[in-house]
Amino acid sequence: MEPFKEHKGIAAPLNRGNVDTDQIIPKQFLKRIERTGFGEFLFFHWRFDDDGNLRDDFVLNQPKYENATILLAGDNFGCGSSREHAPWALEDYGFKVIIAPDFADIFYNNSLKNGILVIKMNEEQVQQWMKKAEQGLTLDVDLEKQEITDTDGTVVSFDIPAYHKEKLLNGWDDIALTLLEEDAIQAFEEKRA
Amino acid sequence: MGKALTAFEKIWNKHVIKEEEGKPALLYIDQHLVHEVTSPQAFEGLRLNGRKVRRPDLTFATMDHNVPTINRENMKDEISIKQMEALKKNCADFGVKLADMYHPDQGIVHIIGPQLGLTQPGKTIVCGDSHTSTHGAFGAFAFGIGTSEVEHVLATQTIWQDKPKTLNVQVVGELGVGVTAKDLILAIIAKFGVRFGTGYVMEYTGEAIRNLTMEERMTICNMSIEAGARAGLISPDETTVEFLRGREMVPEGEAFEALAEDWLALATDEGAEYDHTVTIYADEIEPQVTWGTNPGMGVPVSASTPTIADAEYPDEVKRALEYMDLEENQPITSIHVDHVFIGSCTNSRLSDLKKASKIVEGKKVKEGIKAIVVPGSFLVKQQAEEIGLDKIFIEAGFEWRNSGCSMCLGMNDDIVPSGGRCASTSNRNFEGRQGNGARTHLVSPEMAAAAAIEGHFVDVRQFVGVPS
Repeated sequence: MEPFKEHKGIAAPLNRGNVDTDQIIPKQFLKRIERTGFGEFLFFHWRFDDDGNLRDDFVLNQPKYENATILLAGDNFGCGSSREHAPWALEDYGFKVIIAPDFADIFYNNSLKNGILVIKMNEEQVQQWMKKAEQGLTLDVDLEKQEITDTDGTVVSFDIPAYHKEKLLNGWDDIALTLLEEDAIQAFEEKRA
Repeated sequence: MGKALTAFEKIWNKHVIKEEEGKPALLYIDQHLVHEVTSPQAFEGLRLNGRKVRRPDLTFATMDHNVPTINRENMKDEISIKQMEALKKNCADFGVKLADMYHPDQGIVHIIGPQLGLTQPGKTIVCGDSHTSTHGAFGAFAFGIGTSEVEHVLATQTIWQDKPKTLNVQVVGELGVGVTAKDLILAIIAKFGVRFGTGYVMEYTGEAIRNLTMEERMTICNMSIEAGARAGLISPDETTVEFLRGREMVPEGEAFEALAEDWLALATDEGAEYDHTVTIYADEIEPQVTWGTNPGMGVPVSASTPTIADAEYPDEVKRALEYMDLEENQPITSIHVDHVFIGSCTNSRLSDLKKASKIVEGKKVKEGIKAIVVPGSFLVKQQAEEIGLDKIFIEAGFEWRNSGCSMCLGMNDDIVPSGGRCASTSNRNFEGRQGNGARTHLVSPEMAAAAAIEGHFVDVRQFVGVPS
């Protein structure tokens, strides 16, 4: 996993609550056995009509968000299915940071494991940024300092568990870390046998 | 005597390998269930890093999401075939037991775990599938994980977990006649919302829960994830023990009795404290029907769709009604369906099929409705056929299929066409879940069966002779 230190990018507002992972990546795209290439199917039925044309009414299709790398989302983002294809699709599409009032549990974990910085931020602030994003908003996200700097220079701090922060900053491989605990795992197994 | 503990706390304490203040704990996993959709990238990760499956003996795989429910021998979907071939190869290469498409143990992963007795009280159980919460019905700590975590469990037989908080969902009183476990869980989610469980293990308690069969308890715990919960759980009792007695993967004789004693000791202690408690009154619950695009958007069958202006989030309600092609204040009983699906890990066990068959016996599916029954496992199908349920359904006009996830998520050919409307016994009514543009109403097997006969939603209690 690539280390995550700081990211500056355009923010796109997806102002809907309870966006489920079936919307993020519909089931017909879950049959691939690779980890890559899911970006083109992101929000597939919201982005494309039945004939495969881009829908004008979907926010990410607006030219101003074409290069967005930060997603501002609603409450309980990523609920439903545990499919990791959802963060794979978001990451492959280009999103590095997702900011929402709250995330569904499994989605939150899955995102961090793919180096996406998921930030829980109070609803009022998210809504404020969503409004600004309609006019164009660039956010500078500094994980080390746990700060987000707005286009107009306003600085907002955010919380993230220290453990997740350390892993993202270093781009650590979870499994390699756990295998350092091999002796403890083995001792546990022996004790229970 | 020590501090009174909840069942979850007891299980947690028995599985912690390492725990440090302010960090997730390293938990040992007793049972890992695997299926074809969320595992290929995990096995590939092991290969790339030269890693092995640490405990193939604690890992069990099946094919369920993709499998066709008809013409299995003649599959045409090349990508599905490739995914299933990958699972076959991965299981062979890494020494994992597999119940493939033709194996007598094949079925939906959450149906076969309990059926085989792999699911037991006190176990930690994971699977790359959010409905792993089902297994909590046995007093296990069971939860869905992503593919990276699947790889992690394969390699280490452990997982890093923040300790969830505990939530007591207290069900007071008794369910009325014709009101099912499915109605209870739908009513709970309608009342408290699709995120009230986030960060919690939800334990269901109270008389109504104790009186449920294991199959009904599984229906309840299955949908805990639709409330956002990390897991659902019901304390083990004699009902749990008797369900597991004689199953393939549990010991026999004295060894079983000893195990059963351990299981019963896992039940939540009297006086144990939960982080939070909510209460619902069972006798106030009617058969439920969802009208919207998440499982919390449900109402009693006697009610109507909401008034947009009165809703807490009017935009969400408006959007959902538009997608569902429904009016505000529309009576639920006026909603006509063109598809009926009886199946999924929520409601495809033998008792579900029995109950639905009682509703349709001697009647005919309304013209123009496509109705299918998809048993949860090969064994459920076989047992149903032994008592003639297949004939009852077929004579009524249902299609009788082979087991799999099927129309719950439409990864195989079992999809609801765009604009179609389905009475479904599954767990998710998300936009496009059953097919692009499809509209899903979540109901109990009895309610789905009655809708198939009448062509629209009706209060199933009319069918079972209770005045509504």
